[in-house]
Amino acid sequence: MLAFIIRRILQSFAVMAVVAFIAFALFNFTGDPVTFMVGQDATQEERARLRSDLGLDLPFYVQFGRFVGRAIQGDFGLSLRQGRKVSTLLKERLPATLELAFVAAVLALVLGVPAGVYTALRRDSWLSQLLLAISLIGVSLPTFLIGILLILVFAVVLGWLPSFGRGDTVALGWWTTGFLTKSGLKALILPAITLSLFQMTLIMRLVRAEMLEVLRTDYIKFARARGLTDRTVHFGHALKNTLVPVITITGLQLGAIIAFAIITETVFQWPGMGLLFIQAVSFADVPVMAAYLCFIALVFVLINLIVDLLYYAVDPRLRIERLAAAQ
Amino acid sequence: MALLEVEGLTVEFGSVATPLTAVDDVDLSIDAGEIVGCVGESGSGKSVTALALMGLVDFPGRVRARRMVFDGRELLSLSDAERRALTGKDIAMIFQDPLASLNPCFSVAFQLTETLRMHGTPEERGSARLRRARALELLQQVEIPDPTARLAAFPHQLSGGMAQRVMIAMAIACNPRLLIADEPTTALDVTVQAQVLDLLLRLQQERGMALLLITHDLAVVAETAQRVIVMYAGEQVETGPVPEIFDTPQHPYTRALLDALPEHNLDRARLKAIPGVVPGQYDRPAGCLLSPRCDFALARCSIDRPPLDGPAGRKVRCHFALDAAGRPTHGWSEEAAAGAVADTR
Repeated sequence: MLAFIIRRILQSFAVMAVVAFIAFALFNFTGDPVTFMVGQDATQEERARLRSDLGLDLPFYVQFGRFVGRAIQGDFGLSLRQGRKVSTLLKERLPATLELAFVAAVLALVLGVPAGVYTALRRDSWLSQLLLAISLIGVSLPTFLIGILLILVFAVVLGWLPSFGRGDTVALGWWTTGFLTKSGLKALILPAITLSLFQMTLIMRLVRAEMLEVLRTDYIKFARARGLTDRTVHFGHALKNTLVPVITITGLQLGAIIAFAIITETVFQWPGMGLLFIQAVSFADVPVMAAYLCFIALVFVLINLIVDLLYYAVDPRLRIERLAAAQ
Repeated sequence: MALLEVEGLTVEFGSVATPLTAVDDVDLSIDAGEIVGCVGESGSGKSVTALALMGLVDFPGRVRARRMVFDGRELLSLSDAERRALTGKDIAMIFQDPLASLNPCFSVAFQLTETLRMHGTPEERGSARLRRARALELLQQVEIPDPTARLAAFPHQLSGGMAQRVMIAMAIACNPRLLIADEPTTALDVTVQAQVLDLLLRLQQERGMALLLITHDLAVVAETAQRVIVMYAGEQVETGPVPEIFDTPQHPYTRALLDALPEHNLDRARLKAIPGVVPGQYDRPAGCLLSPRCDFALARCSIDRPPLDGPAGRKVRCHFALDAAGRPTHGWSEEAAAGAVADTR
C-alpha cells in the first residue's frame, strides 16, 4: 500500500514536471508581454530595460529553471499585468472556484446517481423517459448556452437570481466564502447548475448503463433466487458493482469541473481562477497562465490518486492484490 | 399429494401479438424427497422452466399456468412478498456458472449470512454471531477445506468447484424442501463434477429434500433420478420413470439423445448426432416441433402437432410412439408406404 502510494506520488512528480515544461514553453510563444506592458510610444531602450528587469532576455532553459525552482517554493513570480504576486492572485481566486466546483460536483452526484439508478430500475416509467430526454439536452447543449439561457430566464425575465458575481462573501482567514451570506448563496445557484448539468447527465447515463449491465448478471439472478428483497438486490448487490467505473469517470469529471469552470466563470463573471486565466491569456500574462496550468495539473494528479485509492475500498479483487503485494 | 404440482406452465417473451414461447404447456410434479431429472439440449426451455418455478422470470416475460401448487399453496396467486418468503427458503435454486453467480463485491461470509438474515430462524435473524456460526457449519457441510479461512474469501479467490459448493451452501442454508439445480456441474471440470454431484445427492438424502436436476447429461440422470422429463423446444416430449425411459424410449427425440451418447457409439467412426438445431421464434414448425429433424417424420407430423399422451406418469408427445425395438408404431409403416413421407427434410 505504502509502496503503491509512493510510486504514484513519484509518477505524479514526473507528470507535473512535464506539464510545467509544456506550459512554460507554450506560453513563451503566445505573444510578447512587453508589448502589452509599455505604451506604443516606448523607445527601444525602455523595452530592452523592462525585458532585462523581468529576466525575459535570458535563454529559455534558464528562464524555465528559475521558474521551476521558484514554483517548488510556491512562488510563481509577478503577474505581468497586475504587478502582484501570482501566488497571491491564485490564492484570492481559489476559494471562489473551489466553492463553485464543490457545489456543482455535489449537485451532479446527489442528483446524477439516484437518477441513473431510477432510470435503470424503472425503464418504462414516464419519469425515466423525461429524465433521459433532459439528460440528452444536458449532454448536447454547450455550457455557455445553458448559462446564458439560465441568466435569461432566472435573472432577466424572472429577476429571482443575480446574473453575475459572487454576492457578498465572508472572510475566514485567507479563505473567502459565499456560503454564509444570502446573496452569496443566491449567486451560487445559477453558475453551479450550469457547471453541473453536463456532469450530472453524464453520471446519470453512466450509472444507468452500468446498472442495466449489472442487473443482467448471474449473481443478481442468484441474489433474487435467494429471496432477497428488491431493495437489497438493487442497492446492496447491484449498485456496489456499478461503482468502479462510476468512480473513475466521476473523479476525472471533478477535475474537469475545476479546470473547465473557465467558461461558466466567464459567462457569470465569477471571480474565480478561470476568469483570471482568461484575462491572463488576453494579456499574455505568462506567469499567471503557467501557474494556473500547473495548478490544474496538480488537481488532476491528486484526484487520480484519490480515485485509485477509492477503487480499493470498493473492489475487493484489487484489495487482495494489494495485501499480497504488501506481504 | 406432491410437494410441487404444476400444470400447463407456459412462459412467453416478446410482444403479445407474436410471442416467443419459451416454455409451452409443461406439466410437472415432484414429490417430497424425490429426484426428478429434466433433460434436453440447449434452448429447450429447461432453465426458463426453473426460473418460472422460482418466480424469477422478468418482465417482459409472462408466466401462466393452470395450476402451480407448492406444498398446498398456489404460487401464482401469492403476493410478491409472500412469494419471496418462499423463494430462497423453501424453494432454493443453484445456477450453472458458480463463479458468475456469486457477487464479486462481497465476501463468502457476507453472502451466506445475508441469506440467513433474510430467511433464517428468528434466533438467526437476531444474532450476527449465530449466523456466522451457521455459515461456518454450512461450509463444513459442503466439505470445503479450511472453512474458517474461506468465510473471509471473496468469490474470485475460489475455484469453480469451491464456488459451486459455496453456492450450494447458500441454497441449503434455510433447509429448502425443494432444490432446483440448473446444470449444477456443467461449468466444472469432469473430476469436480462427480464430487459436486455426490455432494448434492448426499445433502438431498440427508435432508430429504426434493431435487429438480436440470442437465443435459443423461448419464447423471440415469444414475440419480427417479423420474425424467424430456424437453424439446419448450415442450415436454416424454416423461416417465427412470429405468423405463432409458430402456424403452418412446419418443424419437429421447431415442436420438440416447443414441448420441458416446457409450452407445463405441463401434462407430463418428458420433451419431441429431441434425439441425432447436427451432427458434421464426422457424417453429406448425406440426410436431421435432418433425424437421426426425428420422420418422411423415406428412402428418409437419401439419399436426401431437398431444402429450399416455398413461399417468408415462406420457409421450408423438403420433407414432416408438416400441421397445425403436420402431415407430401406430400404423407408421402403412402411412409411409402410402407415400406420405414428409418433404420437410
